[in-house]
Amino acid sequence: MQKDHAEEPAGKEFYTLEGPVTLENGHHLPEVTVAYETWGHLNADKSNAILICHAMTGDSHAAGIKGAHGQAPGWWETMVGPGKGIDTDTYFVICSNILGGCMGTTGPSSINAVTGTPYGTDFPVVTIHDMVQVQAALMDHLGIQRLHAVIGGSVGGMQVLSWCKNYPERVGSAVALATTMRHSALSIAFNEVARQSIISDPHWSNGHYYGGEKPAMGLSVARMVGHITYLSDEAMRSKFGRRLQHRDEFSFDFDDEFQVESYLHYQGAKFVDRFDANSLLYITKAADYFDIEPGFRENGALKRLAESRCPMLVVSYTSDWLYPTYQNREIVGLMKRHGVDVSFCEIEASCGHDAFLLPSDRLTTLLTGFLGKERHV
Amino acid sequence: MSDASPPLRYDLSIIESWITPGSRVLGLGCGDGELLAALKHRKQVVETGIEIDEALVARCIQRGLTVVQGDINEEVKDYPDGFFDYVICSQTLQQAYDPKAIIGEMLRVGKCAVVSFPNFCHWRIRFQMMASGHVPRTRELPFEWYDTPNIRVLSLKDFRRFAKEVGFTILKEAAINTQDMGNSGTEVRLLPNIRATYGIYLIGR
Repeated sequence: MQKDHAEEPAGKEFYTLEGPVTLENGHHLPEVTVAYETWGHLNADKSNAILICHAMTGDSHAAGIKGAHGQAPGWWETMVGPGKGIDTDTYFVICSNILGGCMGTTGPSSINAVTGTPYGTDFPVVTIHDMVQVQAALMDHLGIQRLHAVIGGSVGGMQVLSWCKNYPERVGSAVALATTMRHSALSIAFNEVARQSIISDPHWSNGHYYGGEKPAMGLSVARMVGHITYLSDEAMRSKFGRRLQHRDEFSFDFDDEFQVESYLHYQGAKFVDRFDANSLLYITKAADYFDIEPGFRENGALKRLAESRCPMLVVSYTSDWLYPTYQNREIVGLMKRHGVDVSFCEIEASCGHDAFLLPSDRLTTLLTGFLGKERHV
Repeated sequence: MSDASPPLRYDLSIIESWITPGSRVLGLGCGDGELLAALKHRKQVVETGIEIDEALVARCIQRGLTVVQGDINEEVKDYPDGFFDYVICSQTLQQAYDPKAIIGEMLRVGKCAVVSFPNFCHWRIRFQMMASGHVPRTRELPFEWYDTPNIRVLSLKDFRRFAKEVGFTILKEAAINTQDMGNSGTEVRLLPNIRATYGIYLIGR
């Protein structure tokens, strides 16, 4: 048993990779630092580690239980913790910030050692695979050869699939939630609207706005587009309908008079304070490039996953229109055709793509059973 | 943790006895996974189930089984030829829209298949129909004509004729008499098409 983590100060840890990172597009990043958080204890044979891959604008703070006090709840607080679906009494849980993001891991807002100023758009375009190779280097650093499970939803689910394709020997099991094996034209379209919103903000300055005024309006509108894709027709109808905000009659002007407008404005404004516009450009681009199929069979990974009987769980949500059930089923179909041990469940939910982040007894049950699979034998 | 040893329903225990230990098994319409769990724990099979109901799928995954949610007609299609040693369709054939296609797919993805169904020519059904003038409702098929999921009914004789017409081989047959889906029952050797409540068949290409 390891030392008692509970006595350590809570919060992020940092690891700087040894040597440059060669990206999928051939470019090199001379120095990459990865920020991460952990919960629970790594067992003696290092076999109980679970990596959680966060979604597009998430961060390493999946749960706030590590520190005694003053910890904000994590984005997956309902799922990660003692006795929860991902039980930190049993598992050593790791969540790291993705490459290209703005939460501590190297990204466009990091300092470029060559110029001494933030990279901005001099930062090379990264892919989902690049994010995953940085995570793999972190696992090396933590001495974890094989993960008990890799778990993620949405863009995090893409990382899970990339782990399966690029490091099949290191994946003990895999959980992909509300995701896709290739970004659809619809998803690319939404992302492009978000990017153009940022790029057309006069404060964007070709991405070199650090130190000056931020492209806040562009980023805020980009986030509004994002939030539309995270909800659903049904969710918007029940949450807002045509209700007006703070008034009983139409004002016949362009203020945010419908509740749904007010909600989007609020989400947009809130986002500007915590997220970097360039990071959104890079991460949406990485998602758009994502297509797991080319090379998946050819590199032997599918065969390897089948032979090692690496269990996989795919979960979709009925009202998700960003990564609808049929796209999740495509992952299942690919795995089935190659003899990979795959389970699939479509959860009835009215709240759209966001459902995978909301408290769900169903998902808790699924994860508890799936992660403990070998104990059932 | 393990739900290894609850007594298995009589018809399922017959199926269990036919399965070679360590084999690869696909269960179509596997429900809450009772049979697959028993096979996994007692016969060490490598199991996969297909089930359409979300709550039942969740129950299966909760007990550590590999299960895909979906329609059996569609979900069976992706598996490679001969991938499974056994494909089991227990008490579901009478609900299948296209039994011929299902059996075809079962024998494509499986080296052999197990099919079981309620016998609609049991004497009690014949008698009920003659005496009452109503479409029979039995313990095995306890529905009204307007709410039954069982869109077709068949007898043991019908299935044997079906095998000849479609061109698959019956490798083993068990005609059984069991009540209320209980744990006890008997095999029926004399006049099975009249006296058995269920038929169970092991079939091959």
